[in-house]
Amino acid sequence: MLLNEGQVRIPSGCAIAGIINRQGQGFGGGKIIDCIANMHQRSNGLGGGFAAYGIYPGFAEYYALHIYFDCKESRNDCERYLTKNFNIRLQEPVPVRKQARVNNAPIIWRYFAQPKEECLAYTQLDEHEFTARAVMHINAAIPGAFVASSGHNMGAFKGVGYPEDIGEFFRLEDYQAYLWTAHGRFPTNTPGWWGGAHPFTLLEWSVVHNGEISSYDANQRFLQMHEYRCTLQTDTEVITYSFDLLMRKERFNLAETISVIAAPFWSDINDERIKRLRRIYGGLLLNGPFSIIVATGNGLIAVNDRIKLRPLVAARKGEFLYVASEESAIRVVEAHPDEIWSPGGGEPVIGLLADRENLLDLAPHNDSIARPA
Amino acid sequence: MAHNIMMPAFKVQRDEERCIRCGVCVRQCANNVHNLDEDGWMWVQDDKCVACHRCAVLCPTRALNIIEYPLDFRGNQHWTPASIREIYAQAQSGGVLLSGMGNPRTYKNYFDHLLINASQVTNPSIDPLREPMEMTTYLGNKNHHSCGEKPQLKLDIPLMFSAMSFGSVSINVHKSLAVAAKSLGTFWNTGEGGLHPDLLDFGRGAIVQVASGRFGVHPDYLDNSAAVEIKIGQGAKPGIGGHLPGEKVSQDVSLARMIPAWSDAISPAPHHDIYSIEDLAQLIETLKVATRFEKPIAVKVAAVHNITAIASGVVRAGADILVIDGFRGGTGAAPMRIRDNVGIPVEMALAQVDSRLRDEGIRSQTSLVISGGIRNSADVMKAIALGADAVYIATAALIALGCHMCQMCFTGLCNWGIATTRPDLTKRLNPHLGSERAINLLAAWKHEMMEMMGGMGINAIESLRGNRLMLRGIGLSKEELGLLGVKGVGE
Repeated sequence: MLLNEGQVRIPSGCAIAGIINRQGQGFGGGKIIDCIANMHQRSNGLGGGFAAYGIYPGFAEYYALHIYFDCKESRNDCERYLTKNFNIRLQEPVPVRKQARVNNAPIIWRYFAQPKEECLAYTQLDEHEFTARAVMHINAAIPGAFVASSGHNMGAFKGVGYPEDIGEFFRLEDYQAYLWTAHGRFPTNTPGWWGGAHPFTLLEWSVVHNGEISSYDANQRFLQMHEYRCTLQTDTEVITYSFDLLMRKERFNLAETISVIAAPFWSDINDERIKRLRRIYGGLLLNGPFSIIVATGNGLIAVNDRIKLRPLVAARKGEFLYVASEESAIRVVEAHPDEIWSPGGGEPVIGLLADRENLLDLAPHNDSIARPA
Repeated sequence: MAHNIMMPAFKVQRDEERCIRCGVCVRQCANNVHNLDEDGWMWVQDDKCVACHRCAVLCPTRALNIIEYPLDFRGNQHWTPASIREIYAQAQSGGVLLSGMGNPRTYKNYFDHLLINASQVTNPSIDPLREPMEMTTYLGNKNHHSCGEKPQLKLDIPLMFSAMSFGSVSINVHKSLAVAAKSLGTFWNTGEGGLHPDLLDFGRGAIVQVASGRFGVHPDYLDNSAAVEIKIGQGAKPGIGGHLPGEKVSQDVSLARMIPAWSDAISPAPHHDIYSIEDLAQLIETLKVATRFEKPIAVKVAAVHNITAIASGVVRAGADILVIDGFRGGTGAAPMRIRDNVGIPVEMALAQVDSRLRDEGIRSQTSLVISGGIRNSADVMKAIALGADAVYIATAALIALGCHMCQMCFTGLCNWGIATTRPDLTKRLNPHLGSERAINLLAAWKHEMMEMMGGMGINAIESLRGNRLMLRGIGLSKEELGLLGVKGVGE
């Protein structure tokens, strides 16, 4: 029997893309779908997904929980848990459009929720930590329920299929986001589980990723020492937690964080501080081929492994920043960019909202977001 | 003395047609196996032969061969020839059986049950000829709250030369390894015999040992070092001390050890100021203060049954580097029963200790170095993937210098100039050639490791460290796989 993601480690190749309007102006999902669709051959129909930021301005102060259910009973169980712990402002099915090439969709609902005051008081947790633990609890303990995303004013839309079909399925053209990322997956072995598709999220963090990290076990065992449990056995999970540890918990800025996960060669490091970081956090060096886009509500960064074993192209046009696995994916939506370049290995492309120039700002502001239990 | 009823262990064969009576074998054999009469008659005393091959290798006409003595006992799976011979020896001498080098028995060798991964398609392998391949390793406390203040040892290759004292080995061994370590960008270890005055310039490249005998320990010795290693125990003889016979305590050895010449040098079984873990913490602190907190302090223990708890205690006691020596570790002299029956395999100890320190969240407070029977670069790769930061070698280094593993180091009659302090034998090991051979060996291993790492799609040694997914076990039980923390082949 095939095992679900999380029970088995599945390497995969992929396509990734991201677009941000640095003024925070929303734009429809059609653009990112065109972008990722142009790299159709980089996926094999076994996984596609999107993260969108700024899509729920009317509910910006609520955690937007996108939850997948295998059946009605799972939904009932989950809703019982949610109503006990959260005030739910609105709950509704995520609108979808039937699609010939998208099958076996789970039941997909969204909840705009805030932790109950009395629950916070009782647990003595702040709301980020409380919500993160609730997400972990649902994923681990409520059979058939999976939280696809849980941040403010953002959402993940993912499933089994080609990304462009998944985008159609979720009617992404109806959403206005200032920041979109997308993923098309080419797993080498898959049970076809919707929860296993990308992006991987944790509260406001989302990660789309192309590659297979050869250092996976070294990384996850290092993270384990810092109380992260890598339950999904995916590289993406390891990447997300690495960022969370370095930026949120240790308060390193983006440059320092990148100098850890895509460390320069010893011979190229002149700064004693960076050398020290590499000595301490050598266990978080992501080795092997990857290109990733990490996003929060504050912006995105895209980065390659240190010797650039996977493709990554970036372009700028006015207030738009584009990143994608292939230049063609950018050209198809922006034929004449002001600038287009291929970043070097370990050289990050940073796209923050215009008013958030401090590199530390990529990390969510609240000090206590989402520390996995 | 009881009557000797033992037949020789080896038989020396001389091809009379080839022998030219040059007498090289006679002059080379410190055991007096070969004899040349005035009338040109050559004869051998087989019972003195230890199979060190010195005569055979140096014979200009290849006239000599040495084989196991072909006189078989009646077959018996329980009473093997070795077990019978050991009884003859003890009935003859009334003493403890002595032996040299590491445990030679057929216990399960976990290194030989681990296979290494390589990339195919989903993940490109990296060609070390075209891409940088980083082997640099830092040893020391990397606890992120205190880093920057804690001293680190920088190794260009995750291999060091393990402790062998001057006295147990010759000065030319120390010279060879000191020069090799410097050239390779790594470190050698003085062992517990102090530092010979000729090697003062190489002190900064040495990890100096402080052992239970405290031989040769003084402020300048501690100052003139890269790091200090407290030796609690040794894989070849856990739980017991050491004994350098007076015959090996020459003037030079007496100077380095700060003891009278020709007197026995006895290291007690425990340090007499360490009767518990808190005493170890005090010695660690004392050495840190004595070296002004400028040098990492290592603690070396033998792999024994409850090694995980011991390791945790040692790390909490402040050891910047924890050295675990497995039961295959070599020695100049150990009681054979202890060498062959005490301790556990270092592979298992390493896997368990690495996991335990991680579970306790203290793995980054220490670097983990293992030793004990590392034979080749694949063993090193497997050790690092199981969780080691670096690996010590000693037997392999001595073999590179010419050791033929006759296991008779304790006699002081090493024909290869290695385990001896006799000047005429010592000079047979040329330190220039010795260092060159040691450098060659490690350079070769480094190349092989780079190839294997590249094959895995890894270009920095820290990404291999503790990366147990890069290993699969073959021919191991589920329980063994679980203890090693690796999956089985096919999984």
